[in-house]
Amino acid sequence: MFKDITIGQYYPADSLIHKLDPRVKFVGTLIYIISLFVFHTWGYVLGTIFLFSVIRLSKVPFGFMVRGLKAVWILLIFTMVLNLFLTQGTVVWQFGIFHITREGIGTAAKMGIRLVYLIIGCSIMTLTTTPNKLTDAMESLFRPLRKVHVPVHEIAMMMSIALRFIPILMEETDKIKKAQMARGADFESGNVIQRVKAMVPILVPLFVSAFRRANDLALAMEARCYHGGDGRTQMRPLVYQSRDYAAYSVLLAYLAAAIALRAVLRW
Amino acid sequence: MSIIKADKLNYDYLEYGEDGEKPEITHAVRDVNLKIREGQFIAILGHNGSGKSTLAKHMNALLVPTGGTMWVDQMDTHEDDEVWDIRQRAGMVFQNPDNQIVSSVVEEDVGFGPENLGVPTDEIWKRVDDSLRKTGMIAYRHHSPNKLSGGQKQRVAIAGVMAMKPKCIIMDEPTAMLDPNGRHEVIQAVRDLNKSEGVTVILITHYMEEVIYADNVFVMDEGRLVMQGTPREIFSHVDELHELRLDVPHVTQLAHALRLKGLDIPEGILSIDEFVDAIMKIRDGGTEGRSCQSD
Repeated sequence: MFKDITIGQYYPADSLIHKLDPRVKFVGTLIYIISLFVFHTWGYVLGTIFLFSVIRLSKVPFGFMVRGLKAVWILLIFTMVLNLFLTQGTVVWQFGIFHITREGIGTAAKMGIRLVYLIIGCSIMTLTTTPNKLTDAMESLFRPLRKVHVPVHEIAMMMSIALRFIPILMEETDKIKKAQMARGADFESGNVIQRVKAMVPILVPLFVSAFRRANDLALAMEARCYHGGDGRTQMRPLVYQSRDYAAYSVLLAYLAAAIALRAVLRW
Repeated sequence: MSIIKADKLNYDYLEYGEDGEKPEITHAVRDVNLKIREGQFIAILGHNGSGKSTLAKHMNALLVPTGGTMWVDQMDTHEDDEVWDIRQRAGMVFQNPDNQIVSSVVEEDVGFGPENLGVPTDEIWKRVDDSLRKTGMIAYRHHSPNKLSGGQKQRVAIAGVMAMKPKCIIMDEPTAMLDPNGRHEVIQAVRDLNKSEGVTVILITHYMEEVIYADNVFVMDEGRLVMQGTPREIFSHVDELHELRLDVPHVTQLAHALRLKGLDIPEGILSIDEFVDAIMKIRDGGTEGRSCQSD
C-alpha cells in the first residue's frame, strides 16, 4: 500500500541536481512553489520551462515524477470541479442550478496546473536527495529557530530515526498480520467498518513493540554518548561548492523573472 | 591495573504490582565485588533474571548502584560529570541488533558515537574506516543495515563502539538473537579485537560454547556472584552449574558422565580435541583402562 508514494523515495543517479547541496534544493523547491503563486496567466510558460529543464538535468525518468500524482488525483479533481462550478462571473453553460463561468474555467485550470507542478516540484527534491541529506538540510536551514527554543536538532534526529525504522516496522506489521491470520483473523471480507475493526489486533502489538524498540534505542544511543545537539560534530558537514552558488543565482534570477512578468507585463 | 572494579555493589528497584498494591523491593544485584584487569576477556554467566544484565548496565553508568561503588577506569559512576567519559571508555553492545543501529547507512551509524563525542570530521572518517576494517564490515559501508544479516548487524554495532576508541566493550547477550553462523561470526570478531587491539571484553551470555575462550568467568545467581575462575575451573563443577540452572558444553558433560561411570578422565574438559586426547591417553595407557576394554 506504500508503493505509490513517491514523496520520500530516492532515485539514485549521477546528475548535477543530485550533486547539489540539499539546502539549495530545499530553498529551490520553496522558491518554485512561491513562483507558482506569483504567476497569473502566461507566466506558467516560464514555470513549465524551468520545471522541464530541471527534470532533464536530474536524469530521473519522467514517469517517476508523474507517479507522485497518483496519490493526490482525487484531491486534484475535487479542487478543479469545485473551482469550475462555484466561481461567479460570465456564464458560458448552465444546467439547472449548475453553471460554468469563464472565470471558473480559468481558475480551475490554474489550480490544476499549480497543484500538479507543486507535487512534481516536491518530487524532484525527494527523488534526487537522500532522506538523510534532507534532514541535514532542514537542521541547518532552521537552525536560527533555536533562538526561539524550537528543538531543531531533536526534530531532525527524530525524522532520521523514523526513516530508519519505517522498513523494520513494516516488516513487523506483516509478521503480526500473518500471525493473526494463522489464528483465523479475517482482514479481507466485510464492510469498511469491520475491516477497520480487524486492524486493531494488528495495531496493538505493533504499538507495544514500537515502544519497546524506542526504549531499547534510547538506551543504546545514551550508551554511545548521545546527549543532544550541543558539542556534536558532523560526519558530513554541509559545505557549499561553487555549483551551489551558481544554482542559487539561477534560482534568484528565476524568481526575479517571475515577479517581473507579473508586475511589469501583467502576465 | 583494574579497568572495572565493583565494591559491595547493590542495586535495588521497586516493582509495582498490577492493581496498585504496595511496591515490592527487588534486589537485582547484591554485594558484588569484582575486579577486571585491562586486556582480559571476561565472561559473565547466569540464567534469566540472575542480575547479569543489570550488572552490565552498571559498567557504563546506564545504571548507578543504589549501594556500594562501581569504578570504571578509576572513575566513580556516581559522579554525574564523568558519565560521558565513562561511556566513551566502556562501550556497550546490546542484544537486539535492530534496536541499536541509529542510521540508515552503515558507515553513518559507525560515525554516530564519534559525532556525539565531538570528534573533528576528518578524524571521524579515519575512525569509521578503521573500525569497519577491524570488524570485517568495510565492504558493506554503503549498505542499509536492514539488508544485513543479524551477525553482520552486530558487527556493525561493535564497529560503532570501536569508533569511540573504548578501553573496554561490554556485550549484553549479543548473540542471543542470532543463528549459529551469526554467533560464531560475532564471537570471532570480538576475540580478534581482544587479541589484536587489547580491548577488554566483557561478554554476557548463556551460551557455554562462547565462554571457553574467556580468561575469567563469573557466574551469577539471584544477584550474587557465586563462582569465579578460569573456564576450566568453572566447568569442573558440573553438578553445581546444573544446580544454578546452567548447562555446560556437551563435551564437558560427556566427560563428566564418563567420569561418574568410573573412567579416569580429568574434570573440566572444554573442547573436542582435549576430549579425544584424554581418551587416547587412556587407551594407550593400556591395562588400567578399565571400562574401555570393549573397543
